[in-house]
Amino acid sequence: MKNKGLAVPYVAWLAIFVVAPLILVLIYAFHDGSRFTLDNFRVMGTYAAVFGRSFLLAAIATLICILIGYPVAWFLAREGAGMRRIATILIMLPMWMNFLLRTYSWMSILENTGLLNTLFQKIGLISLVNGIFGTNYTYFSMINTQGAIVLGMVYNYLPFMILPIFTVIEKIDPRLIEAAQDLGANSAVVFRKLIFPLSVPGILSGVTMVFVPSVATFAISRLLGGGMVTLLGDLIEAQFLGGAYNPYLGSAISLVMMVIVLVCMAVMNRFGEGEEEAMLL
Amino acid sequence: MSKELIRLRDLCMAFDDELVLDHLNLYINDKEFLTLLGPSGCGKTTTLRIIGGFTTPMSGDVLFDGVRINDVPPYQRQINTVFQKYALFPNMNVFENVAFGLRMKRIPDPADPSGKRTVKLAEAEIEKQVLEMLEIVSLKGFEHRKPDALSGGQQQRVAIARALVNRPKVLLLDEPLGALDLKLRKDMQIELKKIQQQVGITFVYVTHDQEEALTMSDTIVVMDKGSIQQIGTPEDIYNEPKNAFVADFIGESNIIDGLMLQDKLVKIYGKTFPCVDGGFVLNEPVDVVIRPEDIDIVPVEQGQLVGTVTNVTFKGMQYDIIVDFRGFKWLIQTTDHSPVGAKIGVKIDPDGFHIMKKSEYSGKFGDYSSYSEEYDELSDVEALDETEEVAAAEGSGNEE
Repeated sequence: MKNKGLAVPYVAWLAIFVVAPLILVLIYAFHDGSRFTLDNFRVMGTYAAVFGRSFLLAAIATLICILIGYPVAWFLAREGAGMRRIATILIMLPMWMNFLLRTYSWMSILENTGLLNTLFQKIGLISLVNGIFGTNYTYFSMINTQGAIVLGMVYNYLPFMILPIFTVIEKIDPRLIEAAQDLGANSAVVFRKLIFPLSVPGILSGVTMVFVPSVATFAISRLLGGGMVTLLGDLIEAQFLGGAYNPYLGSAISLVMMVIVLVCMAVMNRFGEGEEEAMLL
Repeated sequence: MSKELIRLRDLCMAFDDELVLDHLNLYINDKEFLTLLGPSGCGKTTTLRIIGGFTTPMSGDVLFDGVRINDVPPYQRQINTVFQKYALFPNMNVFENVAFGLRMKRIPDPADPSGKRTVKLAEAEIEKQVLEMLEIVSLKGFEHRKPDALSGGQQQRVAIARALVNRPKVLLLDEPLGALDLKLRKDMQIELKKIQQQVGITFVYVTHDQEEALTMSDTIVVMDKGSIQQIGTPEDIYNEPKNAFVADFIGESNIIDGLMLQDKLVKIYGKTFPCVDGGFVLNEPVDVVIRPEDIDIVPVEQGQLVGTVTNVTFKGMQYDIIVDFRGFKWLIQTTDHSPVGAKIGVKIDPDGFHIMKKSEYSGKFGDYSSYSEEYDELSDVEALDETEEVAAAEGSGNEE
């Protein structure tokens, strides 16, 4: 509190590298290089499909992260310190590797002649499927699909779902659970009426941390989607670095995406609170 | 007067090789307010958790109404608990907290003549019972508050209402007043006792606060090191402590080495004093308890013993003064002020002596030396005039 001066470097950093670019994006979005205009937003409808696809894939990935992450977080929170440490390291381990490297390795796993397809061939799964369905596959198409992109998102962002949920579950006072049991609740009721409502804040911050980067990703869709599936991230990148060079349109798309994300988050947080209120009535 | 409800038989419990309960035996009567009292780590909370079903004893039996309930889970016992720090559900308001148990409950379906089918309680019935219970704990009108919008005392009442609304036969309370400030604690002590009498069920109360135990209990169980040291009414425990531990834990006590010359005659400081206890072997070494309030300060020449005041503390109702009697320091509570350094005489009536058999606790308690280190140099043992003291003692002895 006394050493306000210590915050100066970070505040300066924020001002230069976060606030200033945001303002630039805002200005660019309403500009076309010569004058202020709304033209950038008029053409936004053209990209509705990309918007829809990006938000859908990110939503699917987030949902899968909740479904996988919640039980893992639950398990972690109930384990002893030793097991917990090992599990946490295992969860964090992939994050210590370079993001691109991790995603590249999924490419070689999912490729038509990749690890999985080779394995499927060796164990006869492919010929089995061909036999049953009368098809003539030599491999399963996994790479360059929307499924591969979702897989990439889940794989990369799952830890960000597990950790916040784990933190809130771990903080729940075990006496609350005992109190509920004392009052006649079995495990299912304890979970439904107590643990789950109390872990909603963790789920919400997990959702934020998975959904937002998933919506904006371009590396995952580039590498695992093979350029076949265009997402918002790719679209924006193309406006700044690619052949379609148009930073004004890119800024406008970024701005629209940001607004949609913010609205989604606001609605979700409302819903989260509503959920809690609903439990009371 | 009333029948036995709970019996604990030969309970043993250990955590990490450390014995927490050592062959504990106890019975609890119906409708009684029983307090498990002891320092932290004495096993009182473990005992409570075993009764509640949250901890399974390593050996021994828990009987409820004569039936062994060791393996009955908490929610099937006719026992509810008020937890330390209340453990109110933070995501529910007061009404829902109190209604929680009722919502879990299933009663025989009145529409089913065989009585096998069960139904949940009707919402109207739940509301009626919850509001009734909130009335009892004086929390009417707080139904829609969240626990974090309540004061400590109010949270406390919610916790009690939440447990009592299920009409348990026994209510377990684990240091429920620990988080409250002194004034509120005193009010709640009286209120708890009132509620207990109003609902007419057994309360088993755990505390380390001896005053709380004395105020509320019908029966106090003093525990230490996993064993029961004494069971009795508050008066019994205070007036007739069984050993030095109990004497020290309940109230303030001066505990002095003595010799029981014969019935009703005890020797301390080389002098003989009349007392009211008996039943000891001739010349048996004993612990003599003298309560600070049982000691009268008199002029030196009338004193049975003569000592030097080494410390005086004003406590509002009385002064706590530390008096050095030949190197052993006593606490005396008196309304008369004596200055530090003054020589005073003391007089103790025969019923002021409580004689206890020697125990493992002998010599560990009852000395107030640490009270006033800085005055040590004033109390030179050699310098004491023994003849004066003995003469005074004999003088007062004649008066008896």
